[in-house]
Amino acid sequence: MSKYILKRVLYMFLTLFIVTTLTFFLMRSIPGDPLASMAQALPDQIRANFLAKYGLDKPLFEQYLLYLKGLIHLDLGDSVVYAGRSVSETIRTTSPVSGFVGGIALFIGVGIGSLLGIVAALNKNKWPDFLVIFIAVLGVSVPAFVLAALLQMIFAARLGLLPSSGWGGAKYCILPIVVLCLGPIASYARYVKSSMLDTLDQDYIMTARAKGMSESRVIRKHVLRNSMLPAVTLFGGSVVGVFTGSFVIEKMFSIPGIGFYYINSINNNDYTMILGTTIFYATLFVVMQLIVDCVYVVIDPRIRITGEKI
Amino acid sequence: MEIQSNLFEMIGIEENETDVISRPRVGYLADAWRRFKLNKVAVVAMIILAILIFMVLFGQAISGYNFSDMDKTARNLAPNGSHWFGTDKLGRDTFARVWQGGRISLAIGVIGALVSTVVGCLYGGIAAYIGGVVDDVMMRIVEILISVPYLIVVILMSVILQSKSVGTLLLAMTITSWCGMARFIHAQMLQIKGQEYILAAQVLGERRWRIVTKHMIPNTLSVVIVSITFDIPGYIFSEAFLSFIGLGVQSPDTSWGALVSEAQSTFIFYPYQLLFPALMIALTMLSFTLMGDGLRDALDPKLRK
Repeated sequence: MSKYILKRVLYMFLTLFIVTTLTFFLMRSIPGDPLASMAQALPDQIRANFLAKYGLDKPLFEQYLLYLKGLIHLDLGDSVVYAGRSVSETIRTTSPVSGFVGGIALFIGVGIGSLLGIVAALNKNKWPDFLVIFIAVLGVSVPAFVLAALLQMIFAARLGLLPSSGWGGAKYCILPIVVLCLGPIASYARYVKSSMLDTLDQDYIMTARAKGMSESRVIRKHVLRNSMLPAVTLFGGSVVGVFTGSFVIEKMFSIPGIGFYYINSINNNDYTMILGTTIFYATLFVVMQLIVDCVYVVIDPRIRITGEKI
Repeated sequence: MEIQSNLFEMIGIEENETDVISRPRVGYLADAWRRFKLNKVAVVAMIILAILIFMVLFGQAISGYNFSDMDKTARNLAPNGSHWFGTDKLGRDTFARVWQGGRISLAIGVIGALVSTVVGCLYGGIAAYIGGVVDDVMMRIVEILISVPYLIVVILMSVILQSKSVGTLLLAMTITSWCGMARFIHAQMLQIKGQEYILAAQVLGERRWRIVTKHMIPNTLSVVIVSITFDIPGYIFSEAFLSFIGLGVQSPDTSWGALVSEAQSTFIFYPYQLLFPALMIALTMLSFTLMGDGLRDALDPKLRK
């Protein structure tokens, strides 16, 4: 187990190193760097100082080493567009906002989604099943920004119950959370349902019933436990899904989260910000996957028994 | 009554008749089609898709308007007799624009799915075929590529490639998307490689190339077809997302995502401008998903009774 985790952690660092390197050189290779074009208009002396400030006077490889050195100290450089705004600082202050909204949405989404999946599986081919299929298909096929616009129109513009956008209290969170949790609801409902149906077909369920175990006990003790396990593997993807899904949602609802700044930095060509945020997202994703995989090994004894073949 | 042996007649075995198949042979695709037709939902989804494709091809001609022609006297109109879906803020006919946008959206979906499937199949297939160290290295590369969030890669690539043509957009979208397919095909191939009928073919002295083309490829074909139908809406969705944040299709070209994005700012006043492209996105996603479900049931030999 510890050997497995160690191996995974090493791969994680290798992956992050490669991602950082590739992203760095790709971003530097873009023609029309905003810094370079900004520097062109400046007098010679100021331009030299300007380039020195951003480390652009050094050869590319040295810049790369400096960036890596900064990365170890969690220093991702300064924003190119907004002078004096540090990328690390921006991520530090904005990611909790995204994490808060996304976390609640994920919690609600996974809960409701799993519940719907269970209900659908237990009532296969009856109306609750069709209702759940309908919700799941709808959740997959309606883009989040369309849903967001729709909710804004109904609840903010027409009914005036909730603020359409902004930040500063519980009522500002409701609409974004509703929009964000629809994705997890749809995917978990589908997944848990098919996983439950698979489990219900297993021989040990028949054995349990044949032994005279009550139906509710069969469901609780055998079906639920075994069918909820695979759903854990979805979780890593869901976390990232909620985070990347929040790009648009944060922009539409003007939530000062990291996605909002990420989209802004893309529109402004704020390269250091794009670079830093990309590394942040990649790290988040890789770490989440590592955690999910480790948790899965811990909670599913079947993998542990078969040994290192993961 | 005594049974006498002369009452019986010796028929013997007709040598020629042992190989005759009692029922007509049903081809793989004909069989799949027969089962697909039983699934009403999937058939309806397919018909909706057919209508959408027809409208995307000919809708602009039917409307009688060019998608980029502006009419200053007819701005922000509600749907009416001459503009069936209304007009946008520059007086362009939304009906024509929706179908023109659909061309790009659907093209991106189909081409993106095909490219990533072909590349993924080749990569995964070759890795599994060669095996050994090459396989390990190739699959390790895939695992590294797959561990970066997809949308981040796409956004990054669109920023780096700068140019906003459909071609570069497709490049940005497919640059890592084939990895999932490669991993999937790799696992499938390894699984099939271990099956008894492959061993039987090898024992019978079948050439390696024929084993690949006759046994391994047909046996992965069904999952590949199903995954294409599930991938297409994914690409349409990603394109809509990219256009929405301003990295996708650029004016004067348009797509469903770009149309939704344009309409979003004035959505409260002119909801129908957003409604129609959004409806088309939802309808397409829905149809592909439902048709994919039907295809999976029809093509999967494990579900056969």
